[in-house]
Amino acid sequence: MGETILAAEARPWREATQKPFVRIRGISKLFGDLAAVDDVSLDIYQGELFCLLGGSGCGKSTLLRMLAGFETPSKGHIEIDGQEMTGIAANLRPTNMMFQSYALFPHMSVEKNVAYGLLREGVPKTEAMARTADMLSLVKLEGFARRRPQQLSGGQQQRVALARSLIKQPKLLLLDEPLGALDKKLREETQFELIRIQEDLGVTFIVVTHDQEEAMTLSTRIGVMDRGRIVQVGEPRQIYEAPDTKFVADFIGSVNIFDGEVDAAAPDMMRVNTPEGAILCPPLPGLKAHQKVHVAVRPERIQLSRGPIKAANTLQGIVDEVAYMGNLSVYRVRLEGGRCLKVTAANGLHEENPITWDEAVHIGWSAAASTVLTK
Amino acid sequence: MSGGGKWGRRFVIAVPNIWLILFFMLPFLVVLKISLSEPRIAIPPYAPLWDWVDGALRFNINFENYAYMWEDSLYINAYLSSLKIAAISTLLALFIGYPMAYYIARSPEPRRSILLLLVVLPFWTSFLLRVYAWIGILKTKGVLNAVLLRAGIIDQPLIILQTDVAVYIGIVYTYLPFLILPLYANLVKLDDTLLEASHDLGASRISSFFRITLPLSMPGIIAGSMLVFIPVIGEFVIPALLGGPDTLMIGSVLWDEYFKNRDWPVASAVAMVMLVVMIIPIMILRSAQNKGAEI
Repeated sequence: MGETILAAEARPWREATQKPFVRIRGISKLFGDLAAVDDVSLDIYQGELFCLLGGSGCGKSTLLRMLAGFETPSKGHIEIDGQEMTGIAANLRPTNMMFQSYALFPHMSVEKNVAYGLLREGVPKTEAMARTADMLSLVKLEGFARRRPQQLSGGQQQRVALARSLIKQPKLLLLDEPLGALDKKLREETQFELIRIQEDLGVTFIVVTHDQEEAMTLSTRIGVMDRGRIVQVGEPRQIYEAPDTKFVADFIGSVNIFDGEVDAAAPDMMRVNTPEGAILCPPLPGLKAHQKVHVAVRPERIQLSRGPIKAANTLQGIVDEVAYMGNLSVYRVRLEGGRCLKVTAANGLHEENPITWDEAVHIGWSAAASTVLTK
Repeated sequence: MSGGGKWGRRFVIAVPNIWLILFFMLPFLVVLKISLSEPRIAIPPYAPLWDWVDGALRFNINFENYAYMWEDSLYINAYLSSLKIAAISTLLALFIGYPMAYYIARSPEPRRSILLLLVVLPFWTSFLLRVYAWIGILKTKGVLNAVLLRAGIIDQPLIILQTDVAVYIGIVYTYLPFLILPLYANLVKLDDTLLEASHDLGASRISSFFRITLPLSMPGIIAGSMLVFIPVIGEFVIPALLGGPDTLMIGSVLWDEYFKNRDWPVASAVAMVMLVVMIIPIMILRSAQNKGAEI
């Protein structure tokens, strides 16, 4: 595995000459009149850990199921490793899937569950069992070979499911909410475990999740989906810091959004007039005067203070609510107009006199912290 | 829990227990008692099991009825024949019922309810009437032969009625719903993603059926088979109406002993042995089912 170049480091999607490993072209899936997946095109590269992120019903699972071969696309093509997938049944595809419910066979031991794929392929039993033992040690379940799945904890079942889906060394592993059934602490541990295994084996992963934190931690790139369409594809940092649309800004992390219109396009600073006042933003080419736009400001980019703040954008308000989260506190600041903004501030050690309920505060943020969104 | 709860619970348990004692245990003991007594021509047609002779209690326990069954090959043959007919009918019902239950369980919801209703619909008419209807269908000049002759499939009418074939048809027809319903209840719970997972791991649809669906439906198969096999062993009406003189079943033998021979002690002994004969397959199936329940 030493020669595998990690996609996370090479970033093949940045090179126009790189050949994508999975090529999705104009895929749609109609259920009756409803388009669950609507004209999606996507390139995924060898060794990537790609996350499809979206709320429930956004079509991410349907897209995954079309890659696995459980659903037939109404329109479009899928190509995996240069091979056209149309008309190829799920059992003949170079993909394997890890199911959200794990779908472990309850009447078989852990060992038999994991070996199932190899035995169906006609691998001799001794070889299949040896490979199963290796796989079980990769997921750290050596002592559990003879157990039944229902005798295992949720985290252990999750690892059996992962081992079973990896045993055939698929070119592409599809994971449907792989961490969805685990509690928060286990999920955090398992995230890194998943990345370790993915990097060890060099398999391309496509992960479906609704959890934006999970997507951020896991993925090389994220494809955000909304109502059957991919609304933005990018690296986690890019998606978070430069969202394309109001939906993406709102969906990924927490954000304050101001609706307004472009006042005048100054050469290096731009003003957007909103009901809360004018907001200075970095210039965005192609904007016209009086065009309706949204301005997104992340809560952690806003400063909070009892005294006046020197910043490009400043407002005043009263603290409506404080939520202490340990490492940081989330404040809801009510502006003079009645609108509430979310502001987060890191908590220092033994802070003497933290800002609290009903205090009058100043808030401010730089022009660079405001992102102008046209959609 | 309050003190009243304890009595409440006792009462709740007592009701079914009293029911079982009154309607299962007592009749069973009565039959056991009669099977151990001597037949005689009187009312009732058996000697008392014990009586007082000169102030001493005397028991007249008589195992002759059981010995008699061993001597006369009729009884053993009838038991074996019943077991055979029950086993073959259960297998036939399984081969017909499994695909039906599977199809119903895989059907979308509104159709599923209609199909289930159709399965139990025959129960709305009398069982006897339905068996009589089969006579009309199966007899030499019946509906089936008329259709087959007209279609040119056969030249000679088939002789089905009063053969074992007619008995199998009647039994499978009558008992099919008892097999379909528990099987359906099992198959409808089957998680589709298990089949998808099997398919995804390279198994064909047929292979997935034999490796996933069939083993997981074993509890349903066993429950349904028990509901067919056990009552068919003692079945009396269907062989009497559809079977011929060669059809030998223990239910008919029992009937003849009671009502034609009026030999209650021997009839009771036949019934007792039948109970034992049935307990063995039930125990086997039960243990298989308990194994399946671990799944």
